Amino acid sequence: MDALMNFGQGIFGGAWPAVWTLLKIVLIVAPLMLSVAYLTYFERKVIGYMQVRIGPNRVGPLGLIQPIADGLKLLLKEIILPTKANKGVFIIAPMLAIAPALAAWAVVPFTDGLVLANIDASLLYIMAITSMGVYGVILSGWASNSKYAFLGAMRSAAQMVSYEIAMGFSLICILMVSNSLNLVEIVNAQDQGRFASMGLGFLSWNWLPLLPMFLVYLISGTAELNRAPFDVAEGESEIVAGFHVEYSGMAFALFFLAEYANMILVAALTSIMFLGGWLSPVGFLPDGILWLFAKMSFVLLLFLWFRATFPRYRYDQLMRLGWKVFLPICMIWLVVVGVWMLSPLNIWK
Amino acid sequence: MDFQSFVFFFLSAILIFASLRVITSRNPVYAALHLILAFFTCGGIWALLQAEFLAIALILVYVGAVMVLFLFVVMMLDINMDRIREGFWNYLPLGAVLGLLMVMEMGLVLGSKYFQVPASEAITPAGISNTKSIGALMFTEYVYPFELASIILLVGMIAAIVLTYRGPKKSRYTNPNQQVFVKAKDRVRVLQMPVEKD
Repeated sequence: MDALMNFGQGIFGGAWPAVWTLLKIVLIVAPLMLSVAYLTYFERKVIGYMQVRIGPNRVGPLGLIQPIADGLKLLLKEIILPTKANKGVFIIAPMLAIAPALAAWAVVPFTDGLVLANIDASLLYIMAITSMGVYGVILSGWASNSKYAFLGAMRSAAQMVSYEIAMGFSLICILMVSNSLNLVEIVNAQDQGRFASMGLGFLSWNWLPLLPMFLVYLISGTAELNRAPFDVAEGESEIVAGFHVEYSGMAFALFFLAEYANMILVAALTSIMFLGGWLSPVGFLPDGILWLFAKMSFVLLLFLWFRATFPRYRYDQLMRLGWKVFLPICMIWLVVVGVWMLSPLNIWK
Repeated sequence: MDFQSFVFFFLSAILIFASLRVITSRNPVYAALHLILAFFTCGGIWALLQAEFLAIALILVYVGAVMVLFLFVVMMLDINMDRIREGFWNYLPLGAVLGLLMVMEMGLVLGSKYFQVPASEAITPAGISNTKSIGALMFTEYVYPFELASIILLVGMIAAIVLTYRGPKKSRYTNPNQQVFVKAKDRVRVLQMPVEKD
């Protein structure tokens, strides 16, 4: 590592810190894009097997080259601009969708020291950046000048704003018990307690003492992602494909990339905040980045599983779940956690 | 010019451009979009001054929530710009006087202090971030004003709901609560039919 630093210092001189940061960004984004490609493959295969089909199996052995072929196809397709569309906004919208999905990864820690920017307010940063993802959806719906796209955009905006509240409340519980807004410290706070010292670390992770908040976060996360069963923004049977109905080629692919990059992001955040991040579940195995990847894969499998299993929510049911079920649960649990922390039974000292 | 002043002037240029477009743009959706850009850039400038909590709060609250709803409303409005612009020249003298007055007042208050790259004035000891010190201050020294502000906000929220509440609905509608908790036996009746023999 030192040799690499000295080498870079020699070549780039004063610009080396900037070049090094850019390199680190590439090291995060390139594997992320590859995972996005193979997440689509994984999704088609998993849902295929759940529905007793085979899934993609033509391109390459076991269909493994399918996502590359899909990507190439989308790259080569023409981007069609609808006649009455608002051209500038129409083109900016997919970029606004994918930029926050990538920018949020800046503060996601992979292990104790492996993080691009270890800032103190990283949880707030994530919430602020991910809350901007909705603009891509709204603007694409508006700029397309199409009824279906606009309906999808309106649904999506209302849905994302409502579920952000439940999500924020569950994160408040997390930062109360871990006494920090820093994601690295949130993970490290899950490594202490009675069970962790007994070598049963997985029982002292946040998912168990904050079980209702874990469920609320997971479900609101699915809703924030506009994934089934909360995909009313796309709703093929009602509004064709929702906000991206007028998009084709690479512009459509950007929405797709943003959705899957966000899925991986929510999986990473769930693993970090509730499932102990890179911590090993039992005392005799070492901690490491592989644990984080295993937990993320598990959460991603849950998302795919939801999609294969549940029918779509109706719009009013969706709003009811967000405002009348999750919000009261969150508020009550917030008070419960507060009282718990002040009582002698406090387990988070 | 060092890197910090470059970033400051870059962000300031975008901020001034975006703010001007907010008031000059003919399309209200463009105006709202430039307002979003202005908020985001302002967050960037605050982050440059090491006020990262304020910067993130600005983006989280204004860009992430308020402007989404605002944009939502603006998109649905049918605004006739010609009618709004009617009488522009009649109102201009009064507007110009008021505007000049405001500029003068701001100039007097701010003086020469802020017409340069401002140095970060918040001196926080190393190892303690701005977010942490704001949190500590807010919940120790200023806890009563803070709680008071939250109560005022709550009252405002309830007042808005009371003002727009139009009494119970008289029309027939489905109750999702009953729908969710419905049991199969409420909807389907299974009858026992003995086999008939000749």
